Amino acid sequence: MNAILNYLKELFGGIKTLLTGMKVTGYYFVHPKEIITQQYPENRKTLKMFDRFKGEVTMPHDENNQHKCTACGICEINCPNGSIEVISKQVEKADGKTKKELDVYIYKLSMCTFCGICIKVCPQDAITFSQGFEHAVFNKEKLIKTLNKPGSSLKEKVKEVKEVIE
Amino acid sequence: MTFNIYDFTSFNQWIDKTLYDNLPSFWALIIEMTLIGVAFLLFYAVIGLFLVYAERKVCAFIQNRVGPNRVGPYGIFQTIADFIKLLMKEIIPINNADKFLFNLAPFIVIIASFMAIAAIPFGKGLHAIDFNIGIFYVMAVSSLGVVGILLAGWSSNNKYSLIGAMRSGAQIVSYELSVGLSMVTMVILAGSMQLSEIVEAQRNGWFIFTGHIPAFIAFVIFLIASTAETNRGPFDLAEAESELTAGFHTEYSGIKFAFFFLAEYMNMFIVASIAATIFWGGWMPLHIGGWVGFNHAMDFIPPFFWYMGKTLIVIFLMMWFKWTFPRLRIDQLLKLEWKYLLPINLFNIILMALVVLMGWHF
Repeated sequence: MNAILNYLKELFGGIKTLLTGMKVTGYYFVHPKEIITQQYPENRKTLKMFDRFKGEVTMPHDENNQHKCTACGICEINCPNGSIEVISKQVEKADGKTKKELDVYIYKLSMCTFCGICIKVCPQDAITFSQGFEHAVFNKEKLIKTLNKPGSSLKEKVKEVKEVIE
Repeated sequence: MTFNIYDFTSFNQWIDKTLYDNLPSFWALIIEMTLIGVAFLLFYAVIGLFLVYAERKVCAFIQNRVGPNRVGPYGIFQTIADFIKLLMKEIIPINNADKFLFNLAPFIVIIASFMAIAAIPFGKGLHAIDFNIGIFYVMAVSSLGVVGILLAGWSSNNKYSLIGAMRSGAQIVSYELSVGLSMVTMVILAGSMQLSEIVEAQRNGWFIFTGHIPAFIAFVIFLIASTAETNRGPFDLAEAESELTAGFHTEYSGIKFAFFFLAEYMNMFIVASIAATIFWGGWMPLHIGGWVGFNHAMDFIPPFFWYMGKTLIVIFLMMWFKWTFPRLRIDQLLKLEWKYLLPINLFNIILMALVVLMGWHF
């Protein structure tokens, strides 16, 4: 008797799980709005990539053309592919002290695997991933990019300003 | 001559009479056979192309994709483009293959499906042959296809092909039993094996309604077993892509591959149309006893559209569970047949016999 009960239980349990599966797929079939495929070349104008998409490494600049990179070189050391090269320069400040500042931040997109380590290790959060993904160019040289804009300078930290007030 | 879209009997008789009056009987027969052959060939091409497109679209929607949408509006010409590509592909000769059997196999598969489609009633008076053992005949010829599959696997001189073919053999031998028994259940209710009479018996209600519980169980079993018999997912062990590259048709290319491909889809169409015929009334419109006006309105839709609509719904059901469930292992496959479907089926036949005997059907 118990064996028959188990048999029936197994049978109806099986039917129930099969119907559950068919319910899910049936729901998707009658709801075309659930389609997640992007019609890429057509919706190029409206296509918005999600926030965590790893497009390419960029260095955000504020309205005064200032970035946060202190040229510490941690990103360059951590990059597994050697696709980042930080070139610094010594600048003499108004008070007579010399300070290391960023000269050129070279980013070789052709060698980047988009692992994101550089962004994780950056102590100043000076670099981020952008959402752009159309990287195709006709010349390999164009993939070597300079991230800091010409004439840009280091943004002084708000914390230092506070110390001055004290 | 009267051409009537609701009843093709007089139209067929008119063609028959005209031919036999004007030609010697031998040539009249040849011409009639050619006409039917050409009609079925055209039907094959159209239905095959449509089903491939439908399958791709259904599967895409179920998986949250768009499916073919580049060639023509909504991609409707995609399968035509694919077919042209297949026709122009090179037919690769296989070293150390059994040439004769290798070339013969696709034809056996496609001829088996051709023979099965001959018995199917598409409308009143619209079938090639009306046997008095129609169901028996369909059952017999539709299982001939496995010979072609076995030959294809054997003659390819390829391990994958052979394993696929052997699996297919084991699968069809066991599931043929369930298909046959579920058909027998409906034959008990219909009291006839002639497909035209089975359809006629459903004039006052389709068997799935008049036969209620046992008919429904038989329908579900038929659907499962016939899917397995046509080697479609989730029972597509014979051509399991992830294990056997393409199973029995691994070595085939070009038009011969197209034959296998077409035969697979036509087999699906054939089992769906048999399911529509013996469970859902074939070309018979939906009639509800007592509702004269409603019945009259339903009669207005031509039988061919009723038949096609029902067949397409059954095909959609088969596609639905193909793209929902994962592929079974060979032991699960055989367990499902011998431990579940067969006992339920035997019990169901007794139930149906009881229902018919006691007059518990509508």
